[in-house]
Amino acid sequence: MSLTTAHSVVAPSANSKRIAGAIIIAYALISIVPLLWIFATSFKTPPDSIAYPPKLLFQPSLEGYCNLFTTRTRQTPEYINSLGPATGFCDETTRKRNMVIAGPSNFLPRFVNSLIIAFGSTFCAVFLGTLSAYGFSRFKVPLADDLLFFILSTRFMPPIAVAIPIYLMYRELGLSDTALGMILLYTAVNVSLAVWLLKGFIDEIPREYEEAAMIDGYTRLQAFWRTVLPQATTGIAATAIFCLIFAWNEYAFAALLTSGTAQTAPPFIPTIIGEGGQDWPAVAAGTTIFLVPILVFTILLRKQLLRGITFGAVRK
Amino acid sequence: MLNRTAENVARATPEPLARKVRGISDKGLAWLFISPTILLLLAINIFPLFWAIYLSFTNYRANRPNEVVKNLGFANYQRILGDQDIWIAMQTTAHFVFWTILLQTLIGFTLAWLIDRKFRGHAFWTTLILVPMMLSPAVVGNFWRFLYEPQIGLFSYVISFVSGIPPTSIQMLSNVSMAPWSIIIVDTWMWTPYVMLICLAGLRSIPEYIYEAAEVDRASNWRQFWSITLPMALPFIMLAVLFRGIENFKMFDMVNLLTGGGPGSTTEVASITLKRQAFESWRTGYSSAFAIILFVAVFGLANIYVKALNKVKQR
Repeated sequence: MSLTTAHSVVAPSANSKRIAGAIIIAYALISIVPLLWIFATSFKTPPDSIAYPPKLLFQPSLEGYCNLFTTRTRQTPEYINSLGPATGFCDETTRKRNMVIAGPSNFLPRFVNSLIIAFGSTFCAVFLGTLSAYGFSRFKVPLADDLLFFILSTRFMPPIAVAIPIYLMYRELGLSDTALGMILLYTAVNVSLAVWLLKGFIDEIPREYEEAAMIDGYTRLQAFWRTVLPQATTGIAATAIFCLIFAWNEYAFAALLTSGTAQTAPPFIPTIIGEGGQDWPAVAAGTTIFLVPILVFTILLRKQLLRGITFGAVRK
Repeated sequence: MLNRTAENVARATPEPLARKVRGISDKGLAWLFISPTILLLLAINIFPLFWAIYLSFTNYRANRPNEVVKNLGFANYQRILGDQDIWIAMQTTAHFVFWTILLQTLIGFTLAWLIDRKFRGHAFWTTLILVPMMLSPAVVGNFWRFLYEPQIGLFSYVISFVSGIPPTSIQMLSNVSMAPWSIIIVDTWMWTPYVMLICLAGLRSIPEYIYEAAEVDRASNWRQFWSITLPMALPFIMLAVLFRGIENFKMFDMVNLLTGGGPGSTTEVASITLKRQAFESWRTGYSSAFAIILFVAVFGLANIYVKALNKVKQR
């Protein structure tokens, strides 16, 4: 669906347009406040982040980002003085709080896990989804409707319900807390969306292209490769981004099935703690870094958004 | 090289024969295309589901894999249906689903109806409104905990600023009567754009000539809204309710991060109960039975609802 198509319902009066616009803008601004607050908090110092009343104006600091990527231990001022000059900005900020950097935090590995698992599962889901969608779209598959409904229905199950047997299965197979296990799981969850969305996109490509190609002597497979696939690129790209967003954001499976090496960022970020409680600037910094790719994708995707979130049930 | 030769041979051969020479039959190809997906779903969805069904009849505990597994028949199911706590969790879930859907539909539809007026710059503001639903519920839930903090949070500050209630008494997450609402507010904030987007598609699908005809008949704006806009957009609204309903029935991330089911068990929705039983008390068999009951409930309700939806569509 395009959000910008020209269309007007019996030309509303200029006045009613203005009122509608004012309400929408007010809603948009209010709803965006929590996000702006996350962003602002990521540039506060820990004391500023918990000041009351909440500080709107503050001296920006990168301490939150420093704390996000490091772990620190408390030391005596004498010990810190004996260390010699600080080695860079983060070291300096840390020393100001009577601490020294003990080592890197787990954020970067968790973030990398998120990248590997999200991109890996997206690739697999889109690959399998494209093949199946083409199969369902172009061939007479026995029980096609039932199979498609079966594929969709795998999304009805509460993740926790599936998590129990998958936990046991993965334990038997040695897939617990591995990136491979998570990639397989997210592929299975995403493939339903991929098949449904891509089937819609491929249905829209006229069959005549392939028929023409096959008359020219191409095989079915070659016709698929040379005519359908290039035509479906936009649909495939949109599907990929939806799968990516899901895998990137997923929490329930990740929280239950990973704990260490394969943990992704969503269950990790809430566990970031500083001295005496949650280190909010660090949490906000992690959140900000984590949100940026999604914001970019949202803007890229806005035209396909509706299809993606409704499994293609609502078109254009 | 080989390909090139085959292609030349094929080019010289009549078309149906060419296909047989160089390719697999269409039927074989169809299965080749579809089977990987089906196999994956069988392995990661259906096999675990059957395993869960099997476990639901046993007293198996995942933290004691070496213990002898006893077959209990329907005892787990009987105990669940007689368990007061489970019924309370189901009620809490229903409460959440009802309020989130009501609020999201009302606000979402109103927003869509306003945006449909095409004021200047509506595309930009619409995109801005859509941002919350694209975020990770876990990250969002965690951060809202910060906003809700009674002493330092922005939310309590704004509320106390507006209402004059001292910020220390705005205990959104630890107050028994407010805790469910704190989750409903976040869920509504996050998912209203979703409902709005689907409603907007519904409103845009109404052909303009219907309004023109109504205008000719001098139907009032109010009348046009009730007899054209609402009924024509209804299938879309119902679709949004279906998707949100299924999702909120399964709600886990937000609750787990905001309140963890507390205070007491005031926000303990079905998924949280399930997690406690399965991964904290390790009553694997018992929780599997509960999982099966939940699955059947979602599946059954969704099916009934889709039938109603189809009826509305046909009208």
